[in-house]
Amino acid sequence: MQDMEIVYQKPDAMTDIPFPYCPGCSHGTIHRLVAEVMDELDITRRAIGVTSAGCSVRNWRQFDCDMVMALHGRGPAVATGIKRARPEAVVFTYQGDGDMAAIGTGEIVHAAGRCERITVVYVNNGVFGATGGQQAPTTLIGQATTSYPAGRDPKESGHPLRMAEMLSVIAPESFIARVSVHDGPHILKAKKAIRKAFAVQMENRGFGMVEILAACPTNWRLDPLRSMEKIKSDMMAYYPLGEFPVRRKETRS
Amino acid sequence: MTDMRDLTLMRGNEAVGAGAIRAGCQFFFGYPITPQNELFEYMALHLPPSGGTFLQSESELAGINMLFGAAATGARCMTSSSGPGFTLLSEGLTSLAAAQLPAVVVCVSRAGPGLGRIASSQADYRLATRGGGHGDYRCLVFGPAGAQELFELTHLAFELADQYRNPVIILSDAILGQMMEPVDSAGVPQQTAPEKAWAVRGKGDQPRKVIKVAPHTDEELIAWNRELKAKYERMEEQEQRHEAVFADDARLAVVAFGSSARIALDAVQRARQEGMPVGLFRPISLYPYPEKALGDLVRSGVRRLLVVEANNGQMVEDVRLAACGKAEIRHYGIGGGHIFSPDEIYSEILRSCRA
Repeated sequence: MQDMEIVYQKPDAMTDIPFPYCPGCSHGTIHRLVAEVMDELDITRRAIGVTSAGCSVRNWRQFDCDMVMALHGRGPAVATGIKRARPEAVVFTYQGDGDMAAIGTGEIVHAAGRCERITVVYVNNGVFGATGGQQAPTTLIGQATTSYPAGRDPKESGHPLRMAEMLSVIAPESFIARVSVHDGPHILKAKKAIRKAFAVQMENRGFGMVEILAACPTNWRLDPLRSMEKIKSDMMAYYPLGEFPVRRKETRS
Repeated sequence: MTDMRDLTLMRGNEAVGAGAIRAGCQFFFGYPITPQNELFEYMALHLPPSGGTFLQSESELAGINMLFGAAATGARCMTSSSGPGFTLLSEGLTSLAAAQLPAVVVCVSRAGPGLGRIASSQADYRLATRGGGHGDYRCLVFGPAGAQELFELTHLAFELADQYRNPVIILSDAILGQMMEPVDSAGVPQQTAPEKAWAVRGKGDQPRKVIKVAPHTDEELIAWNRELKAKYERMEEQEQRHEAVFADDARLAVVAFGSSARIALDAVQRARQEGMPVGLFRPISLYPYPEKALGDLVRSGVRRLLVVEANNGQMVEDVRLAACGKAEIRHYGIGGGHIFSPDEIYSEILRSCRA
């Protein structure tokens, strides 16, 4: 046993506290990716994370760096204050789709518009998870939730918001991408995008945002495997992956 | 003898800005709203040359949350607004108080409710002293009555915010904000933000720090509230401030704060000249309310209190609590932007004396 080589272990940027999330929830995967990127870029000592309201509100316990809790939706404003006061710090927010795409639209739009040198990790699972599965601005057409049990009807509550596309129009020089974590290859791509979203801040080039399509098996009323299938079949059909704005030369099938 | 004063003629709104920069304010976040714009613009003009950062936010809500972020790093920072904007930023006040972050927040009152109008008013007394945000929290609140005091109390507000790790509110109004008066800055030292061991700056080689607005367990929240309560009790014990004029042998005291106190002073002086035993009690700290001094005044023989405020009756509630049934309390106030004349307050003093 003694000469066995360690090939996989918890990133240093993560504490020893177990995740509080439901089985099949994507937050654990995404936390790990963020922590791996922090290790690789060697930024944990100068990183300041901003948590948001929602299931991930407790992630201040998971990341082993300085953390600041923000009120619902206000993460990008809090991060702006931190970054302006500590330009040498690497500042990131971690927000869900209720937090960012509903109550926090003003803050994210203007942080992107100012090209704040912050990194935004935006987790889109199409529901309000922490409060029990109500409709989010990102809920797909027809998707049943506790607030609209018959499914989202565009005549009643409009169409799902595509935040990556929206923000890319506002902040074209920034790095904005949408990725997914439903299988291994996509998880690796997601990590690359998160890394770029940190790099763009560290190189003082602009605002970085990664939208991550994620599963919420509990509120989707699906088992974890079927949830991953749903990301691939339903979510990716409405939320295309890639960088935004789409650069024609780089688009591949 | 040389004149040691260092006088500058400025508007009340500018005096707040000057006091903030003298106190070492490094960040100002805010959103335009009348009648506080001169303060906002003063900071835009004067903060960057003094090494600070001015940032116009997209809303008061964003502004107070930017303030929250900057305060979390240990910087001295300020925002300002007026009624409708102050309502919005109240969300951030409760989180600043919860996280025990020092910051200075200015309210230059206008007349409400609703969007109201930009005429001066003291209708935000309750908003400033009772919160506006949710949960059990208190902010230190000062009600200056002129440019000099706006300058000095803003300067003091930064010191006390850091000392208590708590937001401090300056409650001004349109009259005070627009009125030009000389401000003497001699003897008010240029400060810098002190080192704050609790501030986040990236953990470096130290254990990580977390600025929280929510605890992890029910027990932690109860303990947290206990700690906050003890702090508020300390503030109540140590930070009561007031001014009393002609109080020694008064039988009737006019109780007024801010601009109303300035106007009431004229009326009180006239009543004195005519031989009436009238004094003026001016609360300077609005939270904590100077209840010890007001209680002493009532015990020392003042039988009637005439509460004059430019609203429908807000501070009068604190006067009732402080007087504790030991004095007859009359209220004279008109909400909606009415500006008192000294004559009108004098007539009210006469009515109170005869009643």
